[in-house]
Amino acid sequence: MARGAPLLELRGISKSFGGVTALSGVDFTLEVGEIHGLVGENGAGKSTLMKIIAGVHTSFEGEMRIAGRPARHRSARSARDAGIGMVHQELSVVPELSVAENVMLGVQPVNRLGLVDWPGMMRRARALLAELGIDVDPRVPIGRLPLGMQQLVEIARVLSSGARIVILDEPTSALSPPEVEVLFGLLRRVRDSGRSIVFISHFLEDVLAICDRVTCFRNGRLIETAPVSAIDKGWIITRMIGAGHEELEQGYAGEIRLDSRPGAPVVLACEAASGPGFREVSLEARAGEVLGIYGSMGAGQLDLARALFGRTALSGGRLSLDGRPIALRNTAAARRAGIAFVPESRRSMLFAQEPVYRNVSISILDRISRLWVKPAVERAIAQRHVEALGIRPPSVHPRLGTLSGGNQQKVALAKWLTHLPRVLVLSEPTRGMDVGAKEEVVRIVRALREQGIAVLVVSTEPETVLSLADRILVMKRGQVCEEFAGGTVSKDRLLAAA
Amino acid sequence: MSTSDSAVLPRSGGMGWLKGQLRNIAPFATLLVLVALFSIASPSFATLDNVANIARQVSVTAIIAVGLTFVILCAEIDLSVASVANAVGIMVAFFTLQDQSVNIANIPLPGAAAILLALLGSLALGAVTAFGVTVIGIPSFIMTLAMLQIGAGICAMLVRGQIAYSVPAPIEMLGSGSIGPVPWIVVVAVLVLALGHIVLSYTRFGRYVYMVGGNREAAEYSGVNVKLVLAAVLVISAVCSGIAGMLGVAHFGSAQQNEFDNYLLDAISAVVVGGTSLFGGQGGIGNTVVGLLVLGVLNNGLDHVQIDSFLKILIRGLILLLALVINVYAQRLRAKA
Ligand SMILES: Nc1ncnc2c1ncn2[C@@H]1O[C@H](COP(=O)(O)OP(=O)(O)OP(=O)(O)O)[C@@H](O)[C@H]1O
Ligand SMILES: [Mg+2]
Repeated sequence: MARGAPLLELRGISKSFGGVTALSGVDFTLEVGEIHGLVGENGAGKSTLMKIIAGVHTSFEGEMRIAGRPARHRSARSARDAGIGMVHQELSVVPELSVAENVMLGVQPVNRLGLVDWPGMMRRARALLAELGIDVDPRVPIGRLPLGMQQLVEIARVLSSGARIVILDEPTSALSPPEVEVLFGLLRRVRDSGRSIVFISHFLEDVLAICDRVTCFRNGRLIETAPVSAIDKGWIITRMIGAGHEELEQGYAGEIRLDSRPGAPVVLACEAASGPGFREVSLEARAGEVLGIYGSMGAGQLDLARALFGRTALSGGRLSLDGRPIALRNTAAARRAGIAFVPESRRSMLFAQEPVYRNVSISILDRISRLWVKPAVERAIAQRHVEALGIRPPSVHPRLGTLSGGNQQKVALAKWLTHLPRVLVLSEPTRGMDVGAKEEVVRIVRALREQGIAVLVVSTEPETVLSLADRILVMKRGQVCEEFAGGTVSKDRLLAAA
Repeated sequence: MSTSDSAVLPRSGGMGWLKGQLRNIAPFATLLVLVALFSIASPSFATLDNVANIARQVSVTAIIAVGLTFVILCAEIDLSVASVANAVGIMVAFFTLQDQSVNIANIPLPGAAAILLALLGSLALGAVTAFGVTVIGIPSFIMTLAMLQIGAGICAMLVRGQIAYSVPAPIEMLGSGSIGPVPWIVVVAVLVLALGHIVLSYTRFGRYVYMVGGNREAAEYSGVNVKLVLAAVLVISAVCSGIAGMLGVAHFGSAQQNEFDNYLLDAISAVVVGGTSLFGGQGGIGNTVVGLLVLGVLNNGLDHVQIDSFLKILIRGLILLLALVINVYAQRLRAKA
């Protein structure tokens, strides 16, 4: 390597998709042995820049140098051969394959006959996962694991591939606080071994905690890069969205006042409900109240949310809506009963190949049309939401798959906002959203609450629950273990309870 | 081909748009090339008479392919279509008075009753498939394989190796009669295609079919009754096959075992060659029409150019392979675009 040359250097990178400019004139450098944070609003172009580096997008303007030498990848494969590994924002594990096969994807050990060496693969995968501190059976199909665990396994795959440039696009969005700690330990070790990491995140605390330098993006432009020691959250927010948003800075470190409404009528009640992943859960969601359900990964709150939408069947207990018992045979029944659900994974919620407006209208199709579809009506409705939620690009026509991750998440929420449900169950509602968009979600949820909807916010992020909930249940090993109603609560007390 | 979108697609920009449209463009280009080739190679190919021939030759396949398009759009498969067509065709003959010479223990009924019973028969076969796939959870590939066998069994039981010739008068007319120069069966095929297109492109049910095919889990999480949609497409497929079977029997002039054996491959080829995605959610009746014409022109054209009839079989196989390659490749390009 030419001495002093940065490991990776990008000059004048521009990229547009049809009419949409995603990046314009970006100069970016990555030094040897640094963790480089990338922040910016949803749609700022972070993922696009990383996909250029990782050879996913091969047509762009500008030049790229690796260790001083000009480089131009022809494919993701040639980028991988050049030592670049990327964990994408959307998980790309193969759900049917085992954990071990996913970890070893593309580098399976073979025996002398040229066949996959299964025992060897299991052994190596087990050793690798243990070394990384990930406690999981390498034989189970990865699709059966909780999302956070899948994410850790995918990160493990890239870290173990020996890449010298590791790109992590929102790696912590599905992780619980202890898992984040595991990951950070791992990343520091990787850095100390002289490899470099790009770390994209909307969790500014995480960025400040782990990165050496931070780069801010806005509207496809690189605004500024600074060493982490010289900056704070306010500095980042000002550069991300512009000045005047200082209130976004306040974290949830202090005591949060809870505003539960014990007198309000119960909308959805759950009596000793059991199902896959949870046992004997009793809860009452009240009109005009946001009920937060917090638990660490695998505590069962996400499973509970799915069951409340009829996705999985209850094996015991009872549900009632407005005092009348209901049985949710399937999700269609739940929707008709007035229950809405936004799952934690975008991929399982959205139709990537369909235009935005069809993604918005799918859940209200039976209200706006009996026999014939009415695309004009659908577009008009979708347009309202696109404007109200600030979805970018501000059009209902693009295929959903072309939107940035955070904007996709907004579409997932939009589809339940046309005909308001009685109960809205949000699983990880702010995952992948920038600070501004999170604030927006808080505003939307408050507005829904004022209209008398019972909102359930289910999350593994204490901040999400604290910022939204009026009352908080904490779950642990499939059961409700504590309730915070009235008075105040803090992040520490929440973490301690879980 | 979801027509309502074509007006807005170009905004995603030049090359990307072309790549996204590969599945629509490639089959159409194939059709044009084939037509050009055969027109040059044989003077008797590009005549009005021959166009009518081609239309008549693909009609039965077309009716089956409409139902199959629904199924494939949902990312499922129905291997029982030809067998169900055969069984329903035999049913309608079974309930019709046959000539003295036909040695079948049949149950002669008035024409309307025979048609009704045969239609109910196709509905019942479809319902069984739907039950197996959606309630029991048998993969459609396996379930319809069983139904293929069951259909063959019904045929065998009803005719016991014999051949029946008579079908009710309305069926006779639709299958082998014509209005003016146009055979009725072509009219029926066009109507069924048009109906299929309208349902898929302009109705709520059609939208659900595309959404379930596009991402089944997301459809589920949007509160769509996915099982109901899957059951419906399987029943639609069986009914289309039933109609094709009845008209086919009249068209061929006889009802017997194994009469439709070629139609399974033909119908699947038509749908896939036309560019409807095997992964679901992309394509439609427009594609199926192009696929039908490609197959029809190919089969008919090869007859016009004096080619070894064994080679014909191979050529058809190669065209199908090419279509599959394009189909899978188009899926990838679109996913990337
Ligand atoms: N394949 C594509 N086709 C068309 N437009 C695209 C495509 N990929 C990205 N874009 C557009 O480029 C812009 C930048 O998107 P990008 O995914 O890089 O944002 P991001 O900074 O990663 O945002 P987020 O935090 O939401 O993930 C967005 O406006 C997006 O809609
Ligand atoms: Mg992104």
